[in-house]
Amino acid sequence: MGMTMTQKILAAHAGLPEVKAGDLIMANLDLVLGNDITAPVAINVFKGIDADKVFDKSKVALVPDHFAPNKDIKAAEQCKQVRCFACDQEIENYFEIGEMGVEHALLPEKGLVTAGDVVIGADSHTCTYGALGAFSTGVGSTDMAVGMATGKAWFKVPAAVRFNLTGEFPEHVSGKDLILHIIGLIGVDGALYESMEFAGPGVASLTMDDRFTVANMAIEAGGKNGIFPVDDQTIAYMEEHAPGKEYTIYEADPDAQYVQTIDIDLSQLKPTVAFPHLPENTKTVDEIEEPVVIDQVVIGSCTNGRFSDFKKAADIMRGKHVKKGLRVLIIPATQQIYLDCMEAGLLKDFIDAGAAVSTPTCGPCLGGHMGILAAGERCVSTTNRNFVGRMGHVDSEVYLASPETAAASAILGRIASPDEL
Amino acid sequence: MNAKGTVFRYGDDVDTDVIIPARYLNTSDPKELASHCMEDIDKDFVKNVRDGDIIVADDNFGCGSSREHAPIAIKESGVSCVIANSFARIFYRNSINIGLPILECPEAVSAIKAGDTVEVDFDSGKITDVTTGESFQAGAFPEFMQELIAAGGLVNYINRDIENAGKQD
Repeated sequence: MGMTMTQKILAAHAGLPEVKAGDLIMANLDLVLGNDITAPVAINVFKGIDADKVFDKSKVALVPDHFAPNKDIKAAEQCKQVRCFACDQEIENYFEIGEMGVEHALLPEKGLVTAGDVVIGADSHTCTYGALGAFSTGVGSTDMAVGMATGKAWFKVPAAVRFNLTGEFPEHVSGKDLILHIIGLIGVDGALYESMEFAGPGVASLTMDDRFTVANMAIEAGGKNGIFPVDDQTIAYMEEHAPGKEYTIYEADPDAQYVQTIDIDLSQLKPTVAFPHLPENTKTVDEIEEPVVIDQVVIGSCTNGRFSDFKKAADIMRGKHVKKGLRVLIIPATQQIYLDCMEAGLLKDFIDAGAAVSTPTCGPCLGGHMGILAAGERCVSTTNRNFVGRMGHVDSEVYLASPETAAASAILGRIASPDEL
Repeated sequence: MNAKGTVFRYGDDVDTDVIIPARYLNTSDPKELASHCMEDIDKDFVKNVRDGDIIVADDNFGCGSSREHAPIAIKESGVSCVIANSFARIFYRNSINIGLPILECPEAVSAIKAGDTVEVDFDSGKITDVTTGESFQAGAFPEFMQELIAAGGLVNYINRDIENAGKQD
């Protein structure tokens, strides 16, 4: 029986000629990731394992990005614990403040993930690297600890949903609108335990940044991973960011089994927003009847904190000013993206427009720091979750959108389509 | 192994942000995490929960973040078991890895009400609503997961493996 792309990668890493959906396997890991929230728990668990050293100090990545730069004394203690562990274990890929970025933007940029890899991360958005044709998935701290000790993780081989993409995005529509559309279509558990495999002629028109955004939010549909086929764009990205690192291109078998195939014509998509309090509560902006007046806009995160995201937002905000009384936070996801934005003049555009620009952090996305909402406040955010209390007070609201929609909303002070400017 | 307790009943898509809000993730101390368990969805949970109590929820329990702090907070609060129609996958594996019993059983979920007393036999998967006298059968775990659960979680399981490998050398 044919295998999906995900199944082929898992079979190869488990040393098996074939796997099928439902099989329980032990797979070898190419990278194990943790951050300042999840790594402390994993380090405590690691101490209880009969192993003195991590399995491979070049295959563990530790990124203090969530409550860093340290938001309070407790966060400082957690970051310190991660730093000390990295030092003791001589972890090669520990990224200190000044070189760190939001983990899922940082790792691909640093060339730590390439096609065909199996990656686990103690962060649910680890599924981002599927954009590169890798199998990557979020796990908890115990899995991370055992992964660091043994270089292995257990997996139940997933079945897959295939998304057959055709056409090209209209103007002002991007990867975020596509993935929000999909989550609205299938629901927050629509791909529970399953792979989301993206395929079809439409894939070629998606930039790498679009693909990172789409794969990043596979978890918001319950997916185990999201994965894209490897094409010329993927290879060009890997050659730029990971020169010399080996990669393997896996392709789904023609007779691979899918639990369902969903056709999506990219040319029919419109700017889309997820209303509180689930990512599945989607509406296209033109379906919004009553104006949704907002207090804050956040543009950044592992979902939409890459250069092209800021370029699109700046193109909308340039020469205009954010609505009086509105707070707008611009958070480039890595130092390199920050520099690229600076050199392209985008940071000046944002500051001239009345926005604040921050050093990389996950901060506001999970209600950590740098942009917490008060009771009754509303935020349009390019992040990935809008659960109750996600960005602050339980009575605040988060609306998920693309950078272009967020930028237009920043100017008009209400949820707005880029077409309105 | 058996569990018996009073039921706390929740709906669909109970996410990890309401199980343990991120504002409390600046600590990994289980007791401190447990003191804020379910705070954003049920302010009275921490006050009312007793050792052995059981959470029953509808679809997709534990969706969202990978934070293991969520099942840790639930376990440390004294909850003996979570029964749901389905679990989000990271929560599912985290629970098994740390030894928090979870059961998928839609029949039980649709019948059990908040405040009922429920008894669970983990060996057989039998769930009994003592209040109404009804019984339900949860699906069995695959053999590998049964081994993980029997070992007391992933760390014990792996340590046994490492020990066995050492004996073979």
